[in-house]
Amino acid sequence: MLHTFVALVSDKPGVLTRVASLFRRLNINIVSLTVGESERPDVSRMTIVCEAPESAAHRIKASLYKLEITVDIDEVGRSEAVIRELCLIKVAAGPAHPLGQSSRSQIFELANVFRARVVDLAPESIMLEMTGSSSKIEGLIQVITESGYTILEVSRTGRMAMRRGHHTSRVLKALGTTNGSGSQVNSPTDWNSQPAADILPNEFPEVHPEEDREDET
Amino acid sequence: MSNKNANPQLTGSEILWATLVGEGVTTVFGYPGGAILPIYDALRKFPIHHVLVRHEQGASHMADGYARASGQVGVCMATSGPGATNLVTGIATAMLDSIPMVAITGQVSSKVLGSDAFQEVDITGITLPITKHNFLVTRAEDIAPTVRLAFQIASSGRPGPVLVDITKDAQQATAAFDFDAAAPPAYRPHPMLRTTAGSIDQAIELIQQAQRPLILAGHGIVESGARDQVIAFAERRQIPVASTLLGLGAFPTHHPLSLGMMGMHGESWVNHAIQQADLLLAFGMRFDDRVTGNLAHYAPNAKKIHIDIDPSEINKNVKVDVALIGDLRKTLDQMLPNLAPHSDTAWIDQVNAMKGTAAVRDIINLPDNGHLYAAHVINDIWREAKAAGRLAQTIIVTDVGQHQMWEAQYFKHDTPRSLITSGGLGTMGFALPAAIGAKAACPEKDVWVIAGDGGFQMTAAELSTIVQEGYAINIAVINNGFLGMVRQWQEAFYDKNYSASPILSPNFVALAAAHGIAGANVSQRKDVTPTVTKSRTSGKPFLINFQVEKEDGVYPMIAPGAALHEMVRRPTHDPLLETAEDE
Ligand SMILES: Cc1cc2nc3c(=O)[nH]c(=O)nc-3n(C[C@H](O)[C@H](O)[C@H](O)COP(=O)(O)OP(=O)(O)OC[C@H]3O[C@@H](n4cnc5c(N)ncnc54)[C@H](O)[C@@H]3O)c2cc1C
Ligand SMILES: Cc1ncc(C[n+]2csc(CCOP(=O)(O)OP(=O)(O)O)c2C)c(N)n1
Repeated sequence: MLHTFVALVSDKPGVLTRVASLFRRLNINIVSLTVGESERPDVSRMTIVCEAPESAAHRIKASLYKLEITVDIDEVGRSEAVIRELCLIKVAAGPAHPLGQSSRSQIFELANVFRARVVDLAPESIMLEMTGSSSKIEGLIQVITESGYTILEVSRTGRMAMRRGHHTSRVLKALGTTNGSGSQVNSPTDWNSQPAADILPNEFPEVHPEEDREDET
Repeated sequence: MSNKNANPQLTGSEILWATLVGEGVTTVFGYPGGAILPIYDALRKFPIHHVLVRHEQGASHMADGYARASGQVGVCMATSGPGATNLVTGIATAMLDSIPMVAITGQVSSKVLGSDAFQEVDITGITLPITKHNFLVTRAEDIAPTVRLAFQIASSGRPGPVLVDITKDAQQATAAFDFDAAAPPAYRPHPMLRTTAGSIDQAIELIQQAQRPLILAGHGIVESGARDQVIAFAERRQIPVASTLLGLGAFPTHHPLSLGMMGMHGESWVNHAIQQADLLLAFGMRFDDRVTGNLAHYAPNAKKIHIDIDPSEINKNVKVDVALIGDLRKTLDQMLPNLAPHSDTAWIDQVNAMKGTAAVRDIINLPDNGHLYAAHVINDIWREAKAAGRLAQTIIVTDVGQHQMWEAQYFKHDTPRSLITSGGLGTMGFALPAAIGAKAACPEKDVWVIAGDGGFQMTAAELSTIVQEGYAINIAVINNGFLGMVRQWQEAFYDKNYSASPILSPNFVALAAAHGIAGANVSQRKDVTPTVTKSRTSGKPFLINFQVEKEDGVYPMIAPGAALHEMVRRPTHDPLLETAEDE
């Protein structure tokens, strides 16, 4: 099944290699991986989508935690989070197309249906930009192809995910983030004085992973 | 800028040594070369003893042996390129057995990084999967904080090796040095590192319900310093204790509740006890495949409680019912007050009854028949140390192979850190250099190398290091003319096709003599103990070449893919054993 992990990692050189190398060692295929800045200057945010058996999730998470560069890991299910992808698609269309000018208007229509935007118009091609779930993007690509148009280029970012509602990383919260629930901790050294169950609950309610997690689709 | 007045300006090289001194380092193992020369140039200004090795693999094994013997972080260093790659085997060995180590490598100047400069190798890339973490340092001012962080990472949580690669220009540049200001933020336990009161209650309940509980004692007991807690725990509930190879000594072997080693070459009653148990308490052990045999048939009747500091070990090989994540000693301290005493000995009696015929099969009970068996040699080394009252002061360092398993079976370890052996990686060539590290850490102890004729030749160059350092290390070469463990597998699984397993050796006693080390050949049982005593009391390094039975096998043995209870027992009708009294 597909797993989506959000990893907060320290923003240092070589961090991407460490994460990628971990998946290679576990022999798990990364479907997509996006990296970018987060709300904290020293922390990068990654969304990692990978194909692995359901029971592997715990192992992946625990192994990611073992990397010294990891601040926090969260696995998000589809129902709990907004998951989006950005895609650029270049389609052959324009006066030179066998359908002539009408090729352009037909692509515009398809784009409209999928809420994609036209971002570049050239004599022989149109570039569309679309943000949405991966399946929507695949839908647009499929419709364009099935309508007889030639796709010249596709560039997809891979998925990005964010939990719905007022959710903040437990770890950042414990470190005293501005976006937290108000539980301000002065310094990382206070960590140990925090009641265990409060900030860092035992992550092992599910000791037999295959029997659990039915909540996810 | 005001710092400049308060704190001295030092070169990066001086900062490195000053930081090592601050971290409490007294000994490092290394080998110089171009890219680390500035560091060596500064060495003599600092109160640190540098042991010059003969091959950098030796340096990493020595740092490893030093750490295993002392519990302190071991430090090794090497130059860039080939020096750094030679460290790799020792780093991987430390990684697999969770040994705290800091490896320092020189690197080409930051200006030419990535240009295939002379002796440039991407050692942080190469060691990425075999270190707990690694760093590339390109500025003098980063050296102190990075090295201090490296020590913290190496020794905290689940320990492991950390490599710090320092470019030559960083070694040569100057910066202000302030040891205290370079301290890393206080160690934060793993965010997943929490055991809730609820899971402790669950564990206690399982324990109180169990009729046939068994403790699996692992290396984590040693790393956590939880020996007293484990003894108290076992005694409180009268729970028998089986050990992993790396757990030997964590729980005293002479204790009535001690069963011995489990797994592939564990005694039959230990593995039968595991298969019959209704509760396994895994204390700081990781259910290695040498320990479990075929997973599908592993301990089918048992519920499992796993206490481990590393969450990624939970449910990795064996599904457990209750996982307690955290330091073993702290966790047991939390559990002990809630653990009601229990005095029923029915289960232990049942386990002891399973020992049955095993003693008759045991070669150790075989009278002298003119043959010299490795098992006898090792058992006699143990007896000799015991008779001399030196057992608690003895460290055995083994290599890898048959002799390693006989050591585990016939040397009865009662103290933690008294057995040093490469378990996870099984690195031949480990024993001699690791013993040098152990002796450097514990000069007052009797240190024995027990190595096969094959593995000893892999790192024999370090004999010269022993002499250079004047270490009185005892070396027992168990010489069977074969890569014995390989030969045994070829006998069992490849129709005795002894392909590439017979091995020619030099005259080891003459080799020792060439280094100025005294030695003796022993091929008779009666000569074993006197020669062992002579070596131990000589106050100098000493090598004994034990010419043992050539085609001897380690038993019991569980074939790959077989379940724990399907072991091959010791042969009772082996022609070699014909003088033994059968049932
Ligand atoms: C030829 C050969 C044959 C072998 N045959 C056998 C055999 O028959 N039987 C056998 O047992 N082994 C055998 N081994 C060794 C085997 O491969 C493993 O190395 C060994 O079983 C590992 O033991 P361990 O799990 O106790 O130690 P490690 O592998 O060191 O694991 C230690 C565990 O403790 C945890 N830990 C560390 N610190 C703490 C702490 N403070 N608190 C809590 N937990 C902590 C770690 O996270 C880890 O999970 C053999 C090896 C060789 C080379
Ligand atoms: C570096 C390395 N190479 C190969 C092996 C595979 N191996 C495991 S045991 C063994 C034989 C060891 O022979 P010897 O050192 O003579 O010891 P014995 O088994 O005879 O006691 C070999 C080759 C290994 N463990 N390590």
